[in-house]
Amino acid sequence: MKVLVTVKEVAEADDDFAIEGTDIAESDLEYDLNEWDDYAVEAAVQLAEAGVADEVVTVTIGPERAEETIRMALAKGADRAVRVWDDSLEGSFPDVASKVDLFEAVVAEEEPDLVLGGVQAADTGFGATGVALAERIGFEHAAVVNHLDVDADAGVAHVHRELEGGVEELTDVDLPAVLTVQTGLNEPRYASLRGIRQAQRKEIAATDLADLGVTAADVESALTITEMYEPESESDAEIIEGDAGESAGRLAEVLREKGVGA
Amino acid sequence: MSVLVVAEHRRGDLRDVSYEAITAGRELADARGGDLHVAVIGGDVDGFAEDLNREGVDGIHAVADGEEFDHNAYQAAVSTLAERLDAGSVVVPNSVNGLDYAPALAEALGVPIVTDAVGIEYDDGLTVTREMYGSKVETTVDVAGDRFVLTVRGGEWPPAEGVGDATVESVEVDIPESGARVTGFEEVGGGDVDIADADVLVSVGRGIEEEENLELVEGLADALGATLSASRPIVDNGWLPKNRQVGQSGKVVTPDVYIAIGISGAVQHVAGMKGSDTIIAINTDPNAPIFDIADYGIVGDLFDVVPELIDEFA
Repeated sequence: MKVLVTVKEVAEADDDFAIEGTDIAESDLEYDLNEWDDYAVEAAVQLAEAGVADEVVTVTIGPERAEETIRMALAKGADRAVRVWDDSLEGSFPDVASKVDLFEAVVAEEEPDLVLGGVQAADTGFGATGVALAERIGFEHAAVVNHLDVDADAGVAHVHRELEGGVEELTDVDLPAVLTVQTGLNEPRYASLRGIRQAQRKEIAATDLADLGVTAADVESALTITEMYEPESESDAEIIEGDAGESAGRLAEVLREKGVGA
Repeated sequence: MSVLVVAEHRRGDLRDVSYEAITAGRELADARGGDLHVAVIGGDVDGFAEDLNREGVDGIHAVADGEEFDHNAYQAAVSTLAERLDAGSVVVPNSVNGLDYAPALAEALGVPIVTDAVGIEYDDGLTVTREMYGSKVETTVDVAGDRFVLTVRGGEWPPAEGVGDATVESVEVDIPESGARVTGFEEVGGGDVDIADADVLVSVGRGIEEEENLELVEGLADALGATLSASRPIVDNGWLPKNRQVGQSGKVVTPDVYIAIGISGAVQHVAGMKGSDTIIAINTDPNAPIFDIADYGIVGDLFDVVPELIDEFA
């Protein structure tokens, strides 16, 4: 079977950052593979190693800059990558349906049996694309999967969904399916030197809207960010000042007052 | 246009976020000049309908379905009701189950979705307040058009109270056979230690950097006679077992003293420990959200402070 993994390069803000207009200043952002997607890549590569998956393809919506991140996924064992971008996407805040338009076209091209992606992207925290994609392409789905066992012969994925409060729901999901992957599903590997070398030779197919038969009007977003600001601190904490020894001394007093370590 | 709120329940009980979503829904209904409807799907729908009849609710629609959550049933029932009630706003809890059907529902209805709202305003259109970049910033997001699906974060709206005078109806909906079937549940986090019973918790997060550094916080827990707990990344890495995890998907704890070491205080973590009597935070980032709920804070490097603190109690 073929596994398609949605991989996003996410922006993380430095501890000190400035807001310019409706986004964080470019110079205060670091880019990295989305943490949740790292677990999805690992799950796909493990399926390939177990002989369940024949091919693992990643798909990313992102500019050329994202290729470094995509190479990381290839270095960890994905076979090849598709990168979708168009200048009309630059600087916009794409809504879920726009992303689904693009992924739908890639799914039509690749015909995967299983689509894996992270539960959410660390930067926007939307957590909606995978389940919306499943609806569009007529796949079954499960969100927030933290245990995965694919029975390809039976055409079923046995999953656990991580509910709130330390409870997991055990669910059987018919394939083809989209599964959104929670952190902790597995132990994502570090790319080996050999993997990094091999990744240099793997294909990253750059694809634009026209290639996918999608127009700029199709991916026009219904959402606009109108303001971005730092939330006001609601802290009324007593901040203990001083060097490590002094602050530890003061904290020890506080703890003893509370009867701790007495 | 009317507003439709979808209630959430699990294993026989309505979840609190259902009542909070009603409050958010009422806010929207007032702004849009429409009725507030509540859908409840599956389980003991009649009993749930009675509980959901709070002040401000105009109509309750009970859809009998199996005992367990089935996202296909939720989607079928809610889209049928949304069309019949001409509900321009569908409000869903931003929960693990909410996010298992709300995006598909929005897709099927052909309307935009905005998730994890912490505030809303409606004035000729919806404006949603939500966080980005791991809670470092808040944004306002304008939504085009007058129809949408919105998921609301738990704990941001007060629960609806009182007794309402809603009409209650049973609704028959054609529910397709589902390709996803719940076969059971598993409680995680069993084992020898119950962190929920501890009076003092030393809790460790991502700031500890390496597994071998855990010795340091274990040393502090020993010195204080405290129990060791952790935030999610430590458990994801397999450095501590799941029964040590504090937070939304782990345990909710309310010790006398909670010492958060190298924990930034993401909303999912805070949900599990904000009820602690005294919260102490040690973190290098002065803007870390953990300081918003801490009673005492040290802005500093845990690798400098913790050894000194252990010495104080040696």
